[in-house]
Amino acid sequence: MFQRSIPLFIVLFTALLLIVAFFIPHKPFGDLESRFLNWYAIISGFTFLLGLDSLTRHHLLKVIRREKGWFYSLLLVLSLFATLTVGLYSWVKFSSPFALRAPFMWLYKYMIIPLQATMFATLAFFIFSAAYRAFRIRNLGATLLLIAACLVMLGNVPLGSSIWQRISQLVHLVFPNTRLDLLYQIELFAQIKDWLMAIPQAAAGRGIGIGLALGGIAMSLRIILGIERTYLSS
Amino acid sequence: MLVKDNPNDQGQAIVITWTHPAPESLLGFRIFRSTSPTGDFTPVEPELLNRTDYLDTDTLLRDGVAYYYLIRAYSANDSASSAVAGPVIARAQWFNASRLNVLVLTLIISALFIYYILRARQGKQMFIRKISGLDAIDDALGRATEMGKPILFSFGLGYITDMVVIAALPLLRRIGKKSAEYAVRLIVPNSDPIVMTAAQETVKEAYTEAGRPDLYNPDNITFVTSDQFGYAAGVDGIILRERPGAIFWLGYFYAESLILAETGHTVGAIQLAGTTETTQLPFFVAACDYTMIGEEIYAASCYLKPEPVMLGTIKGEDFIKMLLIFIITVLVFFGTAATLLNRNIPSLQTVFEAIVNWFSPPS
Repeated sequence: MFQRSIPLFIVLFTALLLIVAFFIPHKPFGDLESRFLNWYAIISGFTFLLGLDSLTRHHLLKVIRREKGWFYSLLLVLSLFATLTVGLYSWVKFSSPFALRAPFMWLYKYMIIPLQATMFATLAFFIFSAAYRAFRIRNLGATLLLIAACLVMLGNVPLGSSIWQRISQLVHLVFPNTRLDLLYQIELFAQIKDWLMAIPQAAAGRGIGIGLALGGIAMSLRIILGIERTYLSS
Repeated sequence: MLVKDNPNDQGQAIVITWTHPAPESLLGFRIFRSTSPTGDFTPVEPELLNRTDYLDTDTLLRDGVAYYYLIRAYSANDSASSAVAGPVIARAQWFNASRLNVLVLTLIISALFIYYILRARQGKQMFIRKISGLDAIDDALGRATEMGKPILFSFGLGYITDMVVIAALPLLRRIGKKSAEYAVRLIVPNSDPIVMTAAQETVKEAYTEAGRPDLYNPDNITFVTSDQFGYAAGVDGIILRERPGAIFWLGYFYAESLILAETGHTVGAIQLAGTTETTQLPFFVAACDYTMIGEEIYAASCYLKPEPVMLGTIKGEDFIKMLLIFIITVLVFFGTAATLLNRNIPSLQTVFEAIVNWFSPPS
């Protein structure tokens, strides 16, 4: 019985304490939130040992059992220990592994950052493939989505501006009385993009945002009042 | 020069404001503080200030002690001091008045939630609409079983302090239970060790509940890395090697969401996503078969275990949403009227702005 009720009591007490601290700046409440976050940071720092244990054990077992792709697991484990060794060496030699001249920082600058950048760059290709599927004209909704997306893209890039200039010149040719400089200034694609982003997009985004905020409050209350207990595996 | 206690804080702060004498030759100001109007004034900020306010939060400042200030203006060749201002005493406040609006709204919202929870406890029947994303869970699991492929579940880059991760845990439990019943491997790569521990516990409980604790293998619920794109690369690797039949993206996702979901699509997995990160929702909508939008993910535990009390909170949420729509509609009409009639009745605009400001976020 206490196995369930004590954690629930701790949740209720801590939640009420933090709610009170939000409204009361006076000591001892004022800095409670930052204190709790500090404790969380300390605890999560220790739990990284759990993560390290999980990662190394998982991949070492793969290597020992010669499972499919074991060679990559071996590379991962070797890289992990090589990084640790370089980090320790940098710490001893330069007082900090993050010193600019430390080999640990070379690893960071010349391996981690380029690898991260490469992974991020693949996003461009994935956006293209996902957009191709999302914007196929299957029904009215998808067609409207395609038109809106094209207009937003044209409003965001210089190509949209130069297309608008060509259109303005055509209008000026057909109706010579219109002033070309005024037509240029209209920047129709940019204006449509601004309207789409500021009105329909913002309205939908705020609607989802309000729903999320209320959902979050409902979820918090369920946890605080002990109605929602799945996080305690019950 | 005006000095006063900084309002709504935990003490040890004094606000100093002054008017600018305006000559262009002025280089700036320096503020001096003393505990006596005639005593030694020491500078509180070594740099020259080129503004008309300053918040003194010096660590030497004590609550309950009377302080006096003077300000000195500097030009290239000369300086001049103001009259001494004070005494002023720094104090900690017992209530943050700038958060009064939050308190009022919290009380109203909590009262409504509690009202609907109590109504549900009395046996009042509640209805919850169909959430197709949650209904699709069983189909996805069934398909993965038929194809003899594993299932992949990811919390993304979420921490256990994120509400969406807590909301996704019941879904993991449900998926874990089904995967144990169908004897399908469930893989959960994690970016946070605490979330990994919670996931291991949840899946273990689910396997025990399904009567198959023998199938539970903690090696399937591992830590990958806390680095964003390292995590994306690691999970992409798992997807390409293991080729899961069903993938669940439920948690906190950033720019890596599309990289993950598109890789899942490449291997032909049926994908279900849900996140509170609204900027990533369009990517999931484009790449996944089902996406839980907005608060649907928060409603998951109530939907999967439709107890009256749980449903009561959803009812309360819907009522508050209706109330907010009503308030927004009234304010839109009021604001429009205030703008149109501004010339004849200027006070309308003032009232409208006061109402809008009341709802603005606290400092």
